Amino acid sequence: MATDEQKSTWRTKVGFAEQLKGGVIMDVVTPEHAVIAQEAGAAAVMALERVPADIRRDGGVARMSDPKLIKGIMAAVTIPVMAKARIGHFVEAQILEALGVDFVDESEVLTPADECFHIDKHKFKVPFVCGCRDLGEALRRIGEGAAMIRTKGEAGSGNVVEAVRHMRTVLAGVRKIVSLPEEELMTEAKNLGAPYELVVELHRTGKLPVPNFSAGGIATPADAALMRQLGAEAVFVGSGIFKSGDPKRRAKAIVAATTYFDKPDILAEISEDLGEPMVGIDIKTLSEQELLATRGW
Amino acid sequence: MQGDFERHIQRMVELGAEAFPARLPADIDDADGLIIPGGESTTIGKLITQYGVDDAILRAHQAGKPIYGTCAGMIVLAKEISVGSEEKGGQRKLGLLDIRVARNAFGRQVDSFETMIDIPAITGNDGPPIHAVFIRAPIVESAGPAVNVLGRHAGNIVCVRQGTILGSSFHPELTTDDRVHRYFLSMIAER
Repeated sequence: MATDEQKSTWRTKVGFAEQLKGGVIMDVVTPEHAVIAQEAGAAAVMALERVPADIRRDGGVARMSDPKLIKGIMAAVTIPVMAKARIGHFVEAQILEALGVDFVDESEVLTPADECFHIDKHKFKVPFVCGCRDLGEALRRIGEGAAMIRTKGEAGSGNVVEAVRHMRTVLAGVRKIVSLPEEELMTEAKNLGAPYELVVELHRTGKLPVPNFSAGGIATPADAALMRQLGAEAVFVGSGIFKSGDPKRRAKAIVAATTYFDKPDILAEISEDLGEPMVGIDIKTLSEQELLATRGW
Repeated sequence: MQGDFERHIQRMVELGAEAFPARLPADIDDADGLIIPGGESTTIGKLITQYGVDDAILRAHQAGKPIYGTCAGMIVLAKEISVGSEEKGGQRKLGLLDIRVARNAFGRQVDSFETMIDIPAITGNDGPPIHAVFIRAPIVESAGPAVNVLGRHAGNIVCVRQGTILGSSFHPELTTDDRVHRYFLSMIAER
């Protein structure tokens, strides 16, 4: 019998990210939240101790969640469960892999553990997602082994402006590379700080080699649809759901908005009567030290 | 709706077919055949009930249009889900494929794998095996008398056909092997 299996290949990692396209990945802090997310139609959940808005409020060092909490959430739902490790903290990632989480987010929302180096993600069986603000950062993370990219936005802000900026910046970078003559690709790779091979591949295929999702500041169905129309292939919603007045309804509406992102009549219908959204923050009122998106190198 | 629809569309276009994403009943009414992709079966199951896509799929089936479900898509087509449908209210099942499936039967993502599978109905008796990618994949635990088992992996049923319905636990759209899609196109052409 032919049972020659190759586990945890690059194809299975990116292939899994492909399955999440068109979906919503929701931050949850309890098994009860996870069940609400699943009922609402989330494609996956992100298991956390605190949503980014609370991390921002509480200050201090934000770390990987307690394994007991993550296991409780994994036991509560059948959809995939993701969890966050600090930038560069490969031991937190090893622990998350040992727990059997489906995706590790090497995330700027947590306090970085290494101010020079990210995790060598090729070494792991579990796939990784990483944040980015521009194309260079996206290609560096992919070069390190990220099987999915998400634009960072500004997590826990309830303000979509940074998510828009980062998505537009990444896609402008892609369009530029596609338009360049081949002899200019090396210098462009140098300017971006990106691996040359990935720049060449992008030039050839016209798109990033892994799915490109959006995160950070999505609070309404319209925000989710905006990011999808701008080119995000799926969305992460953090504080926006469980910091709102009626999480169940809002979660369901954001799922529908992510699917019907280009149908304004449906968006109008599902945006109705959702209760209070989370209170947002004007990014300009945040000091440089309070910005999460600037973490990562 | 939600899931890996782009890769299927890309493959179908490469094979010279006209393909488009279907999210509303009218899209399905316009098509000659339907692929329900991999993704999250709970998510797809909920979205199809929202605007009547479930009824449109049943209509398409009654009209004799071939339907192919990969991974989550096969789960949505199944008559019975034995494991992993504990969520409240259950999961929307179309019940068109007389099989019982176990979700995530090979384990979590770290257990996802790729392998080669013999499917003579698709490759012919002499053709090389199909390159198959399994991602948090389901297993067909049992199949009714009208179901043809086309392929197995390690003894488990992973590819089935019942009349105009094709189902696979694995993702042919993630490989460069286009024979499963060609086979499905031939099912549409036979109509």
